[in-house]
Amino acid sequence: MRSNLSSAFFAAGVTFILAFPLLGLQLTTEGVSLILASSSATTLSYVAIGVLAVFFVQLFKEQILGQLSKVKPKPGTISNLLPAEENRAKLVKPGVLFVVVVALLWPFMMERGATDLATLVLIYIMLGLGLNIVVGLAGLLDLGYVAFYAVGAYTYALLAENLGWSFWACLPLGGLLAALFGFVLGFPVLRLRGDYLAIVTLGFGEIIRILLNNLTELTNGPNGIGGIPKPTLPAIQTEPDVSIIGLEFSRRASEGNVPFHEFFGISYDPAMKVVFLYLLALVLVFFTLYVIRRLMRMPVGRAWEALREDEIACRSLGLNRTAIKLSAFTIGAAFAGFAGCFFAARQGFINPESFVFKESVIILAIVVLGGMGSQIGVILAAILITILPELAREFQEYRELMFGLMMVLMMIWSPQGLLPMKRPHIELKQE
Amino acid sequence: MLEVTLYFLQQLINGITIGSTYALIAIGYTMVYGIIGMINFAHGEVYMIGTYIAFMAITGLAMLGIDFLPIVFAVALISSMLVSSTFGLAIERVAYRPLRGGNRLIPLISAIGMSFFLQNYVRISQGARDIAMPSVVTGGWNFGPEDGFQASVSYMQIIIFVVTVISMTALTLFINRSRLGRACRATAQDLKMAGLLGINTNNVIAATFVIGAALAAVAGTLLGMYYGVANAYIGFIAGLKAFTAAVLGGIGSLPGAMLGGLILGIAESMTAAYFSTEYKDVVSFGLLVLILLFKPTGILGKPEVEKI
Amino acid sequence: MLSVRGLSMRFGGLLAVNGVSLDVNEREIISIIGPNGAGKTTVFNCISGFYKPTSGDIKFQGKAIQGMPDFKISRLGMVRTFQHVRLFNSMTVIENLLVAQHRHVNTNLLSGLLKTPSFRKKESEAMERAAYWLKKVDLLPMANREAGNLAYGQQRRLEIARCMVTEPDMLMLDEPAAGLNPKETRDLDELIVSLKHDYNVSVLLIEHDMGLVMGISDRIYVVSQGTPLAQGTPDEIKSNPEVIKAYLGEE
Repeated sequence: MRSNLSSAFFAAGVTFILAFPLLGLQLTTEGVSLILASSSATTLSYVAIGVLAVFFVQLFKEQILGQLSKVKPKPGTISNLLPAEENRAKLVKPGVLFVVVVALLWPFMMERGATDLATLVLIYIMLGLGLNIVVGLAGLLDLGYVAFYAVGAYTYALLAENLGWSFWACLPLGGLLAALFGFVLGFPVLRLRGDYLAIVTLGFGEIIRILLNNLTELTNGPNGIGGIPKPTLPAIQTEPDVSIIGLEFSRRASEGNVPFHEFFGISYDPAMKVVFLYLLALVLVFFTLYVIRRLMRMPVGRAWEALREDEIACRSLGLNRTAIKLSAFTIGAAFAGFAGCFFAARQGFINPESFVFKESVIILAIVVLGGMGSQIGVILAAILITILPELAREFQEYRELMFGLMMVLMMIWSPQGLLPMKRPHIELKQE
Repeated sequence: MLEVTLYFLQQLINGITIGSTYALIAIGYTMVYGIIGMINFAHGEVYMIGTYIAFMAITGLAMLGIDFLPIVFAVALISSMLVSSTFGLAIERVAYRPLRGGNRLIPLISAIGMSFFLQNYVRISQGARDIAMPSVVTGGWNFGPEDGFQASVSYMQIIIFVVTVISMTALTLFINRSRLGRACRATAQDLKMAGLLGINTNNVIAATFVIGAALAAVAGTLLGMYYGVANAYIGFIAGLKAFTAAVLGGIGSLPGAMLGGLILGIAESMTAAYFSTEYKDVVSFGLLVLILLFKPTGILGKPEVEKI
Repeated sequence: MLSVRGLSMRFGGLLAVNGVSLDVNEREIISIIGPNGAGKTTVFNCISGFYKPTSGDIKFQGKAIQGMPDFKISRLGMVRTFQHVRLFNSMTVIENLLVAQHRHVNTNLLSGLLKTPSFRKKESEAMERAAYWLKKVDLLPMANREAGNLAYGQQRRLEIARCMVTEPDMLMLDEPAAGLNPKETRDLDELIVSLKHDYNVSVLLIEHDMGLVMGISDRIYVVSQGTPLAQGTPDEIKSNPEVIKAYLGEE
């Protein structure tokens, strides 16, 4: 009891120091001078309640733990609630089919706002899947993922603005350029311990933002670039001669293009633009999913997992660890580039504010919550993390706080995420 | 000619001032790395919290009408060190201890989450806007011709330098002479073995987080008084720079952290003076990549021998 | 095939290996023996490129390889195992063998994404080679199990099979018999001899099991405290008074 009491005092003291100065006191500017004020009585009482709660929980730790262990259900993750492994395989095909059908029909069933939000979700799914290659599959921590997203976005914005290049020309280029940045950055760092990569990518993300803000002649600095053209739908024209043209989803098309509704002879509907963007994002996500599923079954995917398991054994077998890690890092960057390109096209306006460290952490939170390595998990997490703040506005203020807390708690309780999933194993068929 | 020399001298003084505070923060990275081989990603936030607490202490004292400098300094330093060390302790307890021994990626992610959490904890509780505090220490010495360019050393710069030297000396004595310091060195050599020999390695690891946090709080107090501005995001860049300093000097090495901090501070102030202020952050990052490329062990670091 | 001259390795103040020289010819089984801590594994680590030796020359098939990155040395046809089994535990047995063939399969990203015929052909070849070696080491029924779930002796055999699918010219085994029961040791004995006879592989061996060493070695090197002590055929070593004093005498 004596040691319980002292540890209870200690814990309560720690809680008090962690909570009181920052929550209970407030630095505010009054006129020109800085003053120290005390927070509202409610906040103060919360702090007091918190400290007392910690004190009593510590004091009666054994009793509480004893009670808890009686009622506590068997520890486990959500996957325990899912059907057993064998049955799950049977459910996968119809399940996937159902999701695909819903995703395709979504814009025609929902209002414009919901479709627009779904497009945003799709962008985050793409980013999450891309980062998942780096973090989940190759086990590398990339904290500046948003920098590659920025490279993709600015590639399209700048090429469209200055040279009039189309979205379809810039999309592969944006991915390629982002991959190139990833390659150049990853090359020196990937030879070293994993933690260095984390901090270098963190710094790189910051540098890209500083450059975008300061290279005013090129990027227009904090004011950003506007008037980025929306993607067009390529179509084959037969009159006056056979050629490929771009269909635009605005009332009037810019030079050389034709409005979509005129081409098909239907009446103009501004919602068509939103639907088209959504479907385009969906195609990009399907493409990403396909590529990643293939990658996991390819030699490089096996090598990623092997490197995560035992680097020394890999080296002894002649695997070049730098090259293999670099491939994951570069491919991941390329997907951020694609997503960035699409993001610029959808927004029509970009500035460095969209590419801050916070975004990198949000994408990382998606990967962590979804379960590192799991595709479906990442998709669910992206939906959850994008939609929650939209549903509850009050949540917005605390959103980032929650993300931080969630990442810590997930790592402690369930590092495999909500939906841990295994890489598809290759089987030897025996007669 | 004299003017050019004086201008250079001025940059050197500014660089040493900033550099010595980087060194103080860098020690936190280097000590933790030396013992558990991991980067404490939330370390920059501890520095930021130190600045806030120092501002609170100084403002509070000013409102009570106390402006006797030694008291102001003592109260600001002690309160910020106390609060920051408690945060250091909490970071270790929550984000590192439960995850020790598993996959290396996991504590890294939890530390990033912790860093993000602390940033937003301060943003929400203290507001997102910059807070500005009037200078407590003013004045200084000028040298150079009366009518031309004068180099100056402010009293605040001298205080920063002196406090840094005192802190470093105290730390070195502590590590070399005290019981806990000896346990720290033993644990850094071989964590498992130290544990077998009866050293409570949990306490040693917690102590390194606490000591690192206390030194970061000293830096936070000093730099906060020097710049007079703070917001919830200053820990991010300061942490990045201090980490660069630690790697530059050789991560795991205490003298290395000091040397790295000074070099980085001087390099930055030179860039700002002769090139452009916007790019001084770019320089520190470029420096980091260059070291990692050509000498990943840093200036004073020892090469690691991989255990196979 | 392999020639090592004057190999030394210093860690700080400790001279772990001091002037070791050895030769391995084609189709030879060579053993390095010596008391624990004699620096045998350090010699292995230097030869296979995991450590950069402080001084000395290492030539493999006429090519100087000291200081070359480990994975490149392995690609020249010299693969090794480790004192502690290092399998990819959460991957299946067959996948362990596929990873080892990384540089034999088609790693071109595009052909993999599009599943081109050449990609499929290489994959199925890798699969066949893996199945062949699984059969050879008696692990075929375990092919789709996770490697971490195998029994210890099976893990040891899998490690050797994983080396062999890379089609090496020389195999370096670090205490392959450690922890095996007598029956398993006899099987290992046969396997190593068969590797030499049927697959033209030279074997460099670190081993404490004297029965195994004396039975299969063509020549033996004795190392003590980092320094070479003696070398010769098993019979010569058995009767060498220095060796008996320094090493065998202890037993």
